[in-house]
Amino acid sequence: MAANPDAAQAPPSDSTNHGVRVVVAWLVLSAIATPLVAIYVGPLIPPGNGSVEAQGQTFSNQVMTSFVTPVLCLMAVFFAYGLIKFHARRNEAVLDGPPLRNDARVQLLWIVITSVMVLFLAGFGTYELLKDGAGGGQGPNPIALPAGHKTAYPVQVIAQQWQFTYRYPALGGMESNQLVLPENRLVVFHVTSLDAVHSFWAYQLGVKADANPGVDNVAYVTTKGPLVFNVRCAELCGLWHGYMFNNGFVVPPARFARWAAHAQALYASIKPYVNRPADKGGAPLARSYLPQPTGRAG
Amino acid sequence: MTAAAASAPHPPLWRRLIGFNFLAGLVLGVVGWYVGWFGAHAIHGATVTDTTGATDYNELSVYLAYIGGVSGFLVGLGFLNYPVKRLLGYPPSLREKEEGSWTRYFSLCTDHKVVGIQYLWGIGLFFFIGGLNAMLIRTEQLTPHNQVFPMGTYLTIVGMHGTMMMGMMTSGILGPFANYFVPIMIGARRMAFPRIEALTFWLLMAAGVVLTTTIFFGGFPTGWTGYAPLSTQANPGIDNYIIFFALVGLSMTLLGLNMIVTILTMRAPGLTWTRLPIFVWGVLSTAVLMVLAAPVLISTLGMAALDRTAQTTFFNPGGGGSNYLYQNLFWVFGHPEVYILALPGFAIVLELLPVFARKPLWGYRLAVAGLLGVSLLSWFVWQHHLFMSGINGDLRPFYMLSTELISIPTGFTFLCGMMTLWRGKIRFTVPMLFCLAWFFNFLLGGLSGVFLSDVPSDVTTHGSFFSMAHFHYTIMGGLVFTFFAAIYYWVPKMTGFELNELLGKIHFWTMFIFFNSTFAPLFAIGFLGQSRRSPVYTNNLQFLNDWVSVSAFLLGASMLVFLFNLIWSLAFVKKPAAANPWGSRSIEFQLPSPVPVHNFDRIPVFSGDPYGYGEGTQPVAVPAGAPAGRD
Repeated sequence: MAANPDAAQAPPSDSTNHGVRVVVAWLVLSAIATPLVAIYVGPLIPPGNGSVEAQGQTFSNQVMTSFVTPVLCLMAVFFAYGLIKFHARRNEAVLDGPPLRNDARVQLLWIVITSVMVLFLAGFGTYELLKDGAGGGQGPNPIALPAGHKTAYPVQVIAQQWQFTYRYPALGGMESNQLVLPENRLVVFHVTSLDAVHSFWAYQLGVKADANPGVDNVAYVTTKGPLVFNVRCAELCGLWHGYMFNNGFVVPPARFARWAAHAQALYASIKPYVNRPADKGGAPLARSYLPQPTGRAG
Repeated sequence: MTAAAASAPHPPLWRRLIGFNFLAGLVLGVVGWYVGWFGAHAIHGATVTDTTGATDYNELSVYLAYIGGVSGFLVGLGFLNYPVKRLLGYPPSLREKEEGSWTRYFSLCTDHKVVGIQYLWGIGLFFFIGGLNAMLIRTEQLTPHNQVFPMGTYLTIVGMHGTMMMGMMTSGILGPFANYFVPIMIGARRMAFPRIEALTFWLLMAAGVVLTTTIFFGGFPTGWTGYAPLSTQANPGIDNYIIFFALVGLSMTLLGLNMIVTILTMRAPGLTWTRLPIFVWGVLSTAVLMVLAAPVLISTLGMAALDRTAQTTFFNPGGGGSNYLYQNLFWVFGHPEVYILALPGFAIVLELLPVFARKPLWGYRLAVAGLLGVSLLSWFVWQHHLFMSGINGDLRPFYMLSTELISIPTGFTFLCGMMTLWRGKIRFTVPMLFCLAWFFNFLLGGLSGVFLSDVPSDVTTHGSFFSMAHFHYTIMGGLVFTFFAAIYYWVPKMTGFELNELLGKIHFWTMFIFFNSTFAPLFAIGFLGQSRRSPVYTNNLQFLNDWVSVSAFLLGASMLVFLFNLIWSLAFVKKPAAANPWGSRSIEFQLPSPVPVHNFDRIPVFSGDPYGYGEGTQPVAVPAGAPAGRD
């Protein structure tokens, strides 16, 4: 063990300025790596450009990926340099290093840098969020409203164990198990649930909103060109949670009208058999539903 | 029993088996279980029938059966002896600590070192079961469709894995290592409340059995979060989850209280706050979280239990309740909980780095500020789990800010650790390798947390495998790696036998490589849209999932290397460990291995912190001399 006090001091020859070396290597590596990551990794980052909101999320992910690259570089340089340079030699007697206990400048610099980074990220995230809600569920009283939200095309998403039903108030309360949306249109989803907590996740569309019984969870999305997107449940909702998925479509207006006519006819043909009276929770435009208090299943 | 064992030095085996011990605990536990089960049927004759009428069961009987079983188990272990004796006017007595037989590991023992070793093996057992569940999950994930297990079984396996790990491993470091070493490090002979200390361990073991037996009640479909109203409608296996987590919460609360009181009141002379080992600071900050967070969990689960038994509707919107209430309460506990898991890891890293870098801990006060800062901030971030839930949409910028702020005190830990390495004489021993791996793992875990804390990015990553990879990097990479660092560092001190270093290094490298090979691709899988807790995924993700599964199996195999090392070194090779194999200046290494029953003959007087490497001072000496009385 240690500690012959005389041998414990670091050899005086070690006057190299290791700190400068590490910082220079870090700056060089970051200057090379960050643009490379932004250029080559950036375009691969999900969820892609399926909608305006998805594009915003992709941008956020790209910014943050570029942002964490210098941090990774710092750690890589530090540990590569430190562990090679400062390890004890094989078969060397156990020596103590220099008793450096503190350096107020380093602490201050570190605190300032991390604080600035953190505040930047929080500010950036808040800006990106409040711009249009970023496609996330905002609850019944959304504050991040995209421009023109009053004329948004409403689609109600009713989750239950274990499927989603889509209701189109603009088409007379027509219900369908297919989600089809018109392109280049601001759409507002009203997400609710009939039983357990689900989560409506339209992946390529950049939408995720939990479906809670008794709650109208609102999410905005602006569609772009034609798109096929996956819809799946992102909140464990019981036995067949894994199979709670289907595909949704963003289509041109003419095709949307054709699909709507077809779906409306289909719905009209089955409506007499499935629609409950309004006083039993079956109102065509109810925004939320309450499960039976003692209902047990699954 | 104690008195009998003391009066007869070598009683026959059958006589030693009778008394207040593990065996009696098991027998009384089973008796208590049936008393509760049939007692509840007497109270609540009509069974609850579900809507399909297919099965009937009596919720109350499940709860009372397990409450009776756990109570019987604890009585059988002898937890009532002391209060009953005091009530009847007998003099107070602790159990004899000097009894050297192996049977003390299977009974109520108030020696903090015995409890530490009990914890190590007990938690190790349930960690192993939880790990096997992970292997089963990865087996199912080999194919994009649900093929290996029935769906309900798969969800039970997922829930068991999560609940077992999050529940049992909360005490993963505080249980074995804080119980064992905090009294020694602060120069005390015992914990403040030795019987409560033993109670926390046996409660945890009882809880583990309760959770494991969920398979006899149909398992539970909720994962470790137990969201209502899914939990309200689930089959009786969820009752085991509720009882398990409530018992774990009770154990955590008591463990935390015991730690706080011990550290506040039982420090030896001279051990000022700035001389306290950083590990003790880490334990203190964790203990505060445990004491404040776990009661929230217990009350929440109590409400969930009432929802199921008494047909209340706390969490059922159909009856005027709110499932948001459950989510809020659960994460008020749940987010401090993940720091309960992570903070001891920070403390272990900061405690071990000075020993193997041969330098003082750099920036001691900053490191303490980091631990306490994380502990404090962890109370203000919980709604980042609910960014997409539609609750408090307006508060999301606040929770985004607070979540990102927590990386500042976490950064203190990184800075102090890195500057401790700087210009040191680093020795790559097995515990040091695990500590260095912590930097790598926790860095990736922390940086991926930046994505999850950002709401626009969280729209993609929430509820996907990305968040799953994130918390495995922080918890497994942060806690489990430091758990192994602590094992390799301290087990020679605890048992008196060395662990094989070569096997230790094989264990480290296989674990580190396959851990990263398992969880790094999961970031990509999550980003590409795979939903959590689902055995079904899109076909294009099969290659990545198969890669992850194979890596996970190899990761599991690396644990077998560890297990082999442990058994081989401790049971067969039995090479005696030196008193101070690492050249540490910490006081536990100035004591013989294993530590004598009373720790110190005389209470030491501290003249500095344990990090004076290279400063030419001597470590704090353990005063020799005749034992100065009993505690």
